[in-house]
Amino acid sequence: MSFPTGFLHFPAMPIDIDIAHVARLARLDLTDDELEVYRAQLGVILDHAAKVQSLQGEPQVASAHPLGFVNAYRDDVVVPSLDRDEVLAAAPETEDGYFVAPPALETG
Amino acid sequence: MSPNDLTIVAAGERLRAGDLTAVELLEATLDRAHRTEAQLHAYLTIDRDGALEAAAAADADLAKGVDRGPLQGIPMALKDNMCTRGVETTASSQILSGYRPPYDATVVTRLRDAGAVIVGKTNLDEFAMGSSTENSGYGATYNPWDISRVPGGSSGGSAAAVSAGSALCALGSDTGGSIRQPASLSGIVGMKPTYGTVSRYGLIAFASSLDQIGPLSRSVTDAAVTLATIWGHDPRDATSYAGDYPDPSAELGRGIDGMRIGVVSELAGEGYEPAVESAVSSMVESLAEAGAEIVELSLPTFEIALSAYYLIAPAEASANLARFDGIRYGHRADGSSTETLMARTRAEGFGPEVTRRILLGTYALSAGYYDAFYGQAQRVRAAIQDDFARAYEQVDALVSPTSPTVAFPAGARVDDPLAMYLSDICTIPSNLSGHPAISVPIGVDGQNLPIGFQVMAPALGETTLFRVAAEVERLAAFTARPVLEEVAS
Amino acid sequence: MTWEPVIGIEVHAELSTRSKMFCGCAVEFGAEPNTNVCPVCLGLPGALPVPNRQAIEWIMAIGLALDCQVAPMSVFHRKNYFYADLPKNYQISQFDVPVCSEGHLDISVDGATRTIGIERAHMEEDTGKSTHVGDGGRIHAAQSTLLDFNRSGVPLVEIVSKPDIRSAAESRAYAQELRAVVAELGVSDARLEEGSIRFDANVSVRPEGAEEYGTKVEIKNMNSFRSLERAVEFEIARQIEVLESGGEVIQETRHWDEEAEVTHSMRTKEGSSDYRYFTEPDLVPMVMDDTWIARVRDGLPELPAARRSRYVSDGLDPHLAGVLSDMSGSLRSIYDDAVAAGAPSRQTANWVTGEVNAWVRRTESDMVPITGAQLAELVAMVEDGTVSSSAAKEVLEGVLSGEGGPRAVAEARDLTQISDTSELVAAVESVLAENPDAIESFRSGETKVVGFLVGQVMRATQGKADPKLVNDLLRNKLSG
Repeated sequence: MSFPTGFLHFPAMPIDIDIAHVARLARLDLTDDELEVYRAQLGVILDHAAKVQSLQGEPQVASAHPLGFVNAYRDDVVVPSLDRDEVLAAAPETEDGYFVAPPALETG
Repeated sequence: MSPNDLTIVAAGERLRAGDLTAVELLEATLDRAHRTEAQLHAYLTIDRDGALEAAAAADADLAKGVDRGPLQGIPMALKDNMCTRGVETTASSQILSGYRPPYDATVVTRLRDAGAVIVGKTNLDEFAMGSSTENSGYGATYNPWDISRVPGGSSGGSAAAVSAGSALCALGSDTGGSIRQPASLSGIVGMKPTYGTVSRYGLIAFASSLDQIGPLSRSVTDAAVTLATIWGHDPRDATSYAGDYPDPSAELGRGIDGMRIGVVSELAGEGYEPAVESAVSSMVESLAEAGAEIVELSLPTFEIALSAYYLIAPAEASANLARFDGIRYGHRADGSSTETLMARTRAEGFGPEVTRRILLGTYALSAGYYDAFYGQAQRVRAAIQDDFARAYEQVDALVSPTSPTVAFPAGARVDDPLAMYLSDICTIPSNLSGHPAISVPIGVDGQNLPIGFQVMAPALGETTLFRVAAEVERLAAFTARPVLEEVAS
Repeated sequence: MTWEPVIGIEVHAELSTRSKMFCGCAVEFGAEPNTNVCPVCLGLPGALPVPNRQAIEWIMAIGLALDCQVAPMSVFHRKNYFYADLPKNYQISQFDVPVCSEGHLDISVDGATRTIGIERAHMEEDTGKSTHVGDGGRIHAAQSTLLDFNRSGVPLVEIVSKPDIRSAAESRAYAQELRAVVAELGVSDARLEEGSIRFDANVSVRPEGAEEYGTKVEIKNMNSFRSLERAVEFEIARQIEVLESGGEVIQETRHWDEEAEVTHSMRTKEGSSDYRYFTEPDLVPMVMDDTWIARVRDGLPELPAARRSRYVSDGLDPHLAGVLSDMSGSLRSIYDDAVAAGAPSRQTANWVTGEVNAWVRRTESDMVPITGAQLAELVAMVEDGTVSSSAAKEVLEGVLSGEGGPRAVAEARDLTQISDTSELVAAVESVLAENPDAIESFRSGETKVVGFLVGQVMRATQGKADPKLVNDLLRNKLSG
């Protein structure tokens, strides 16, 4: 199987990736081996993605909406909320109408 | 022909003529699913009871003369990234195993109101990230045309179900080609509407500025009537189009005499399978013979569309998928702090492709890299929109292959993310521009694997899009069907 | 060395819209946990935000009240960070194009007015509420966290000052003035104790005359104006002490400990925060054209600063003008109406801020049943001696109790003064006749005895005599 050469062969740019930092930002608890695999794969993909830097001409800014729509609002009207029992039924842990999580940071 | 192999339009005629009931049609559909699922695994959930209830209601309505439109009584499949109240909705992720949403997506409400019969929820690449439906947390889906091959993705379950006759029509979502590419690889019609015309409320987001729900069907007309049912302004989606909607079917069958059709020179050449290229070329010739003026167009930014896409989509996804943290719903891992619990939950719950894209998107947005990657990708997106705008000054529609290749063998691209990403090279530009596009089957290659033909049109140009697509369908006269050895599961 | 504090204040004000910022759930303080929640504010898969138009108009109003520029086009961004009470693990906020920017607010401390620049005011959504169980107020000692998402998605306006504030007292004055503006606009309950308005301060110090800023420390958790002032005061002193002992101020966030009256370093997570802001793709840009801005501007009420200067031009001193300005709208309109009816401003303001206000507080009444015209009449009756000052308080009580207008009440309660000289002369003469010793004392130089005699006349007239007039008459008789 082959692909258009233009998409595979272009000058590689060196990309340094602090993959452990990225994983921490993304809250993904990965092993060192996994991190290394992802770092290598991201390197290949980002090498390719760096082609975006080849764009010539005046810098333009993409509109926030692909078709340029603006001003979508709702009126300040209260609508019924969900039934609490139904909401809490999906939760891993609850107590007295609250969702429960462990403390924010490690104790000890 | 078994009724479940009919088009929506043909089945609707028989339902209204009284020689077929919705319950019979559903039973035939469920029977086909029963005999094909072991090989295909198109569905994650079949809601037999809910479907029977809806079919019975459709029959009762039809008996009373209550006509809810073309989807009334039609067995349909939903990609499992659309929320269905009380029915498990996982987006094929283990992180949502067992999750039952407390609400229906807007498209689901619209289908129910139209009397459609929702058979079940179809398999997809986890969170719609993939082009083969192999990245599912619940096992891959296979292609009805050759079960050693992938059906495409990410709406592969929907494509396989429609192709195999275990649904008459399905909804998929298309972020970079996830409706059109599996439709192409599975020999059916798949259509991505103009961004903002079908509500995304209740669609589990992959990349919000690109995601769009659309139909997978057996005919262009079926896609048009399904679209007419599901689209429309939704006040719960701030990106929803609030103006007048065209009639997708208005110019079906009108032919293309006098239309100008552009062939994108960047979407051809090396990397495209010869059978795909030759089928596409002969269709272009047929269009010329049918009266269209063919214009060769160069849209140079298409060369870097894929690169921009693989920065923008993962960036948005990295935020969209942050909510899966084990606190309010879904899978939860052990952890003595919230931080540890979240990080373990996410590492356990997400598959490798999703993890990869979250890391990619997080990186592309992070301090020091934003301008070079995400920021620059947005500028490319703007440039692509400009290229399209220039093209549509010259032509009414653009055409190309839908996919550079036919269905590829299962496992072939699993370990090569970039090769997998290249599956979407023809479909991605329309997502970046927000424009409508459709894939229509036009033939098979030497191995009897289907080839799809893509038609693209300007924003809200659905009437034109379907007009051209219907002509492509007529000229192709594609009648091949998958030959599937049915075995009871 | 002399040190100059440099302070900037960030204010978070919850808007008092009926429904939340991006969904139709009710904004309600004190509801049962997790009862005002829906797919949107719980961050359920597939849910989408739609902005509340009222909230957008109210942030525009806040910006206009602070003389800000309202951006012709503004967008929402996603601010990405993980926290258990942030359901989507990103906050919809604003980054480089806030709705409002470049405004200012005048504050006054010890009679001096200073202009504090406003950097920006932007729109965002509030988080849910975490209760750390088994903690004694310290996050790092908690055993588990209870999460309530009723507050999640409540519209929040963040107003960021420029680093123009130079003292703890100015910090307090700024916060109070800003709270007054927001309260006046009616866009927020602005209650510190309920957390509907919250203040954080960025504090640094630099040598007097230096151009560069010192390292800034963010201080949080101040739940009253007093604690804001104390916390800033403490932090300034702490930083000066650190610097003078040769140390370095560390850029960090510190918590104000209300009981110990000190700031504590909050344990910081490893690695710096990186919010990865990007345009919120679920929302479209907000275009605020001149027509819309003008409509919001036309709806603005008179703001506290303008009102105070109007009162000063009425003739009130700045202090009284400030006190009156802080009164409720119904009390202020009684003042306005009375002054318009010709009543003297200072006396009227004293009545409104004193007796009338006291009655409102005592009775916890929503209504103030006296008109400006009635108050003007009462003030005039005091001025012309028809009633004494003390009797006037009784008259007011009667009016507020619905007994009628001031004159009718004074007559019905028999509170008018005897200002008729002939009637009083008789009373004076009879008192003098009964107290020959007092006359003796006066004539031998003990003029203080006049007070005693006035008292006797007042007693004889059951307090209805005008004491000033009685005094004059007595002195005349005694020296005559």
